[in-house]
Amino acid sequence: MSTLESGNGGVRLGPNGRPVRPFVMPKRFTGKLWVWRYTILRRITEIGVLLLFFGTVHWGWTLFGQRILVGNLSASTLLDTVPLADPFATLQILFTGHVLQPEVLLGAAIVLVFYALLGGRVWCAWVCPVALVTDLSSWLRRRFGISPGVSISRSVRYWALGVALVLSTLTGVAAFEWVSPISMFHRELLFGAGLGWMAVAGIFVFDLFVVRDGWCGHLCPLGAFYGVVGEVALLRIRFDAPTCTHCGECAKVCPEPHVLNLKKAAEAGMIRSGECTNCGRCVVVCPEDTLSFDLRFLIRKHNLQSSSAALADSSSTVQAANQGTSS
Amino acid sequence: MSSSKTASARRLFLAKLGQSAAMAATGGLLWGFMVEQQVHAAHNVIRPPGAEDADGFYAKCIKCGQCVRDCPYDTLRLAPAGMRIPIGTPYFVPREIPCYMCPDIPCKAACPTGALNPKLTKIDDARMGLAVIDMEHCLSWQGLRCEVCYRECPIQGKAIIVKNYPRKLSKHGMFVPVVQAEYCTGCGVCEKACPTEKAAIRVVQPELVEGKIGEHYRLGWKDPGRLTEEFKPYAPPSQRQEGPSGLDYLNREDEL
Repeated sequence: MSTLESGNGGVRLGPNGRPVRPFVMPKRFTGKLWVWRYTILRRITEIGVLLLFFGTVHWGWTLFGQRILVGNLSASTLLDTVPLADPFATLQILFTGHVLQPEVLLGAAIVLVFYALLGGRVWCAWVCPVALVTDLSSWLRRRFGISPGVSISRSVRYWALGVALVLSTLTGVAAFEWVSPISMFHRELLFGAGLGWMAVAGIFVFDLFVVRDGWCGHLCPLGAFYGVVGEVALLRIRFDAPTCTHCGECAKVCPEPHVLNLKKAAEAGMIRSGECTNCGRCVVVCPEDTLSFDLRFLIRKHNLQSSSAALADSSSTVQAANQGTSS
Repeated sequence: MSSSKTASARRLFLAKLGQSAAMAATGGLLWGFMVEQQVHAAHNVIRPPGAEDADGFYAKCIKCGQCVRDCPYDTLRLAPAGMRIPIGTPYFVPREIPCYMCPDIPCKAACPTGALNPKLTKIDDARMGLAVIDMEHCLSWQGLRCEVCYRECPIQGKAIIVKNYPRKLSKHGMFVPVVQAEYCTGCGVCEKACPTEKAAIRVVQPELVEGKIGEHYRLGWKDPGRLTEEFKPYAPPSQRQEGPSGLDYLNREDEL
């Protein structure tokens, strides 16, 4: 992190010449709630989706006389009409060489378009029930200062993605769906419990003691799949380079800190990597409001405007920031 | 200097790539083993109608449970992990809740992938399993007048028939149920109804009990055409056009 020492009282200055301020958690509860806003929203969507499934079958929830959501996260029917399906599960079944009904193909396409718009790994941060478990272990890790443990490559998940598809062809069944702790978890929450909790507990312990963000950040082939989808995602985290002091608060809370490459972010004006889950943790801790949710094409428009402004003004702060990150 | 540097970097890269590929292969083999174990977890799971082709069914089932939700009798369940039933797939236990053979087959209609065969339109054509009778514990086979399975069978008089069976040392015959595989759908209503402590009639996967006669047996009384089409009536040796058969060879006059 390149920060410049200034003479006046040891105040650190960022590459943009502004003093580096740390993130401070507000004292008042309402201030805390505002910092936790995305975390609270994520818990609402994660539990809410499961609750819609559960309420529809067990408490007879309907909307316009239609059952709200029937099935589980592998495939379902919304309001008795709209099919939804896990596009990765569908892809695996297609790799077995079997012909599928149009219903599931349409469902997978709808879900794929949804995540292509909102950011592929919005699934991971906002919907996947395993995030409840892995977020708990990462919170406990921070709370008790558990050492990082074993380090493995984050690209293992892409190998897992490839192996899942190859195995689907070789074994003739959707390989990840037969061992997926994610599917086990939501299936057993919605359809009656078995030993699936053991797989989920395994992930919890693995994340807590073995590898930090081990499952979601390193191994999960479904996350890898949505990471690929996220490369074209519309909703992104905007990075307003001139305001960044390189304080590093965002990287401390990010479950995928490598996506916060500030040099690349300054060039693109956003966090472009598909591995970003759009969880919003960085947005709320940024003391300079450098990071915010925005749409890709709006960011691009904004970049064009600011670069033309920078051309006009040769002592552009954007360039200063870029030089600062590259050194 | 720099070329040796790039060469060693290349070596390192190739070694890393090789290691990654080897790790993927190791993981893949273990993973594949787990999948195979799961898929072939149990041979006698009774699946919903339209799932006759086990391989196709287990490939296409996305484990969403919509068939389970649309079953009006709560017959179907989704297998949780660790049950010795292929994980996440629908099944039912006939002795607890059998399939009541809805004519509109709502489970099949709910299936988004086609794992439950969309071509199944008549529930009587379903083959979920086959009822088999344990004669040693069947009340009718003990000489009692039970026949509950016969009366409960939804395809009454076809899938289970009652046959008269003579009894030693008594002038009263026995009336025993006999399953006709041609008509039995494996719905399990008979298994549910059987009054014995443990059901004496049970639904099993047909391949566990069904034998095969073989092509070379020709049951002339069932299939007379097949028996006679290659049959040549006896003709005296002088009238035969082909060479002598084995039997004729043994009986040739010059050999005697």
